[in-house]
Amino acid sequence: MKDTNILIVGVGGQGTLLASVLLGKLAMEQGYDVKLSEVHGMAQRGGSVVTHVRMSEGTVTAPVISEGDADIIVAFEMLEAYRWVSYLKPEGKMYVNTQQINPMPVIMGAAEYPADIREYLEKNVGEVTFMDALAIAEELGNVKAVNTVLLGALAKELPFTKEMWLDAIASTVKPRFVELNKAAFERGYTYR
Amino acid sequence: MEKTILLGNEALARGAYEAGVHVVASYPGTPSTEITETAAKFEEMHVEWAPNEKVALEVAIGAGVAGARSLSCMKHVGLNVAADPLFTAAYNGVNGGVVVVVADDFGCHSSQNEQDSRFYARSAGVPMLEPSTSQECKDFMKLAYELSEAYDELVIVRTNTRISHSRGIVELEARSEVLLREYKKDIQKYVSMPAMAKKLHVVQEGRLKRLAEDANTLPINRVEMNSKKMGVITSGIGYQYVKEALPDASVLKLGMAYPLPKKLIAEFAEQVEELYVIEEGEPFFEDQIKAMGLAVKGKELFTIQGEYSANMIKKAILGVDTPHLDAPAAPGRPPLLCAGCPHRAVFYVLHKLKKTVSGDIGCYTLGALAPLSAMDTTLCMGGSITMAHGMEMARGKDFAKNVVAVIGDSTFFHSGITGLINMKYNGATGTVIILDNRITAMTGHQDNPSTGRNAKGETAPAINIEALVRACGVEHIDVCDPFDLKEFTRIVKEATEREELSVIISRRPCALIVKQPEIPYEIGADCKNCGACLQIGCPAIERSGGKMIIAPERCNGCGLCTKVCAFGAIHASKEDK
Repeated sequence: MKDTNILIVGVGGQGTLLASVLLGKLAMEQGYDVKLSEVHGMAQRGGSVVTHVRMSEGTVTAPVISEGDADIIVAFEMLEAYRWVSYLKPEGKMYVNTQQINPMPVIMGAAEYPADIREYLEKNVGEVTFMDALAIAEELGNVKAVNTVLLGALAKELPFTKEMWLDAIASTVKPRFVELNKAAFERGYTYR
Repeated sequence: MEKTILLGNEALARGAYEAGVHVVASYPGTPSTEITETAAKFEEMHVEWAPNEKVALEVAIGAGVAGARSLSCMKHVGLNVAADPLFTAAYNGVNGGVVVVVADDFGCHSSQNEQDSRFYARSAGVPMLEPSTSQECKDFMKLAYELSEAYDELVIVRTNTRISHSRGIVELEARSEVLLREYKKDIQKYVSMPAMAKKLHVVQEGRLKRLAEDANTLPINRVEMNSKKMGVITSGIGYQYVKEALPDASVLKLGMAYPLPKKLIAEFAEQVEELYVIEEGEPFFEDQIKAMGLAVKGKELFTIQGEYSANMIKKAILGVDTPHLDAPAAPGRPPLLCAGCPHRAVFYVLHKLKKTVSGDIGCYTLGALAPLSAMDTTLCMGGSITMAHGMEMARGKDFAKNVVAVIGDSTFFHSGITGLINMKYNGATGTVIILDNRITAMTGHQDNPSTGRNAKGETAPAINIEALVRACGVEHIDVCDPFDLKEFTRIVKEATEREELSVIISRRPCALIVKQPEIPYEIGADCKNCGACLQIGCPAIERSGGKMIIAPERCNGCGLCTKVCAFGAIHASKEDK
């Protein structure tokens, strides 16, 4: 595997951290150098959040990805996909959850939620996959599984077997949520 | 050796543990908080939350004088609070090693300024180490204790958001059990009176000179020779950006940010054709290197503001652009008070009453943003009470009737109490609202002196805020759940009208620690679409397709919206989500 830079973006509270923690663990176990960079504090309160994941067979230098250097962006929300798109390499890929969460300026009528995000991404991004991960999670009975659905989709891009992922999930999430998360992962993994 | 992935902050705590640290005292502050939280999990160390950073550092210094290895962790602005003990402890030296971790926050991810804490090392005259990875966080922490004891000096370890809040692979080692050093009374060393201080300053200058000399051969100050065309002096996170952006450049990595290894720098400068300093923040290295008479490029190419990146360095030094899409103009997504947050009710009322609000530091600073828009000033920890007092002293009692100070429970313990005593003593008639949400929320829910638990999660004595306020001489104290909007409004009106100092304790636990039943509310057919419910700024309520809706996955069931709807159109839904 060549060096891989993954940006995970979303809204504070959506569970973007779980994906990066699982990813980091797997990468280390498989012998890669790995660095992850997170957001804590004020921005976590419903703000725009971004997690950087960098893996390498050699050495990872900076823990953060520069604009234009992400191989993959996983967006938990449409507007956040749009906001962070400049971080993607020209040939990079995106996985976008079609959920829309209006930020307060939009709720208050001071700004408009861009209507053409999907169109823009389809036109400008080499390869973009849209998925309604919220609907899938609701089907599985728990809206909090959105993050694992998206993780499943991302997993196909990475050099770890499905068994490795499922083991990592089993050893990270609370026991009563293991089955839910495995099912959510499976749905993301097999998403077309 | 066991390897694991650790947050920089976790690695710092692990380093303290392996170094045999006995005592840790800190006050939470992003991005430093997890160091102390992680340290609290090790049974071998006594770990406590102090009410503020000054208290914390003094506890650590006392432990050091008593012969223990001790640690105090804080964010950059916390070091301002702890600066008083820092500067004099720097004269006194230590006994057991004493280390201060300070975490800067370039980019203002969760802070009110971007101050560069390296200047503290220089003006206090103490060494400062600066790790670049999680592994170095652990290693440098252990080195810091060796240096502290070898040179009889307090040592600062400096990180920033990207070092503290990044995860990387760390090799774990066993803890060294370090025995307490002997405690000996020594008033020449530990009693800071003028006669002693003058002599101690001479001693301190001597050890700083020794440290500066020894820095030239300290292994963490490291030259990595590559092409001699370009040499870069850097440290901390800057090193990582430089290695990525300029892989061919020769690099002098300063593991010790102060004092500088001047011989090593001069030798390095001699070997390279062009010399750069790349450092986030102020030209701290650059100014000192220029003062050595060396030609070096730095801030003429780089800003003092915000965070750097590898591509920013490529652009500035090599003139190379990394191709990428332009960032589209997207509406901002500012952080906001959580669904169910008790502060929302307070600011809703203060907004309605059109009060001038002197604010403070915590989640509740978000009350400044629309639609609540109920904050006029925020300066620093504790500044709400004192600034409101200053407003009254400037404009008089009638003005004070429209002013309230708002301060969180933890912030009140931190540095609000002295302000309140000042108000009473100097005849203020103003109103202070203590937002008692029973936790230190913004930094991730740490316990504080009123929660009844300590840093280890054990039961602890709970300080009674009412009794404390009364002891400050305040006669008018009201306690109210702000979700009782009518009663809370009445109390605020009465307190502000009263020409005597008044304190209102707005008491309701943080919505993230005491969960509602989470039966979401919904908006029924009686809705007149007036938008009044939007005025509370709840993240779950919005207008969609021309009508008001509550998003069930975001509603936490607090019910505040039902109290602002004049038409009774909001009801609890039947289903539990």
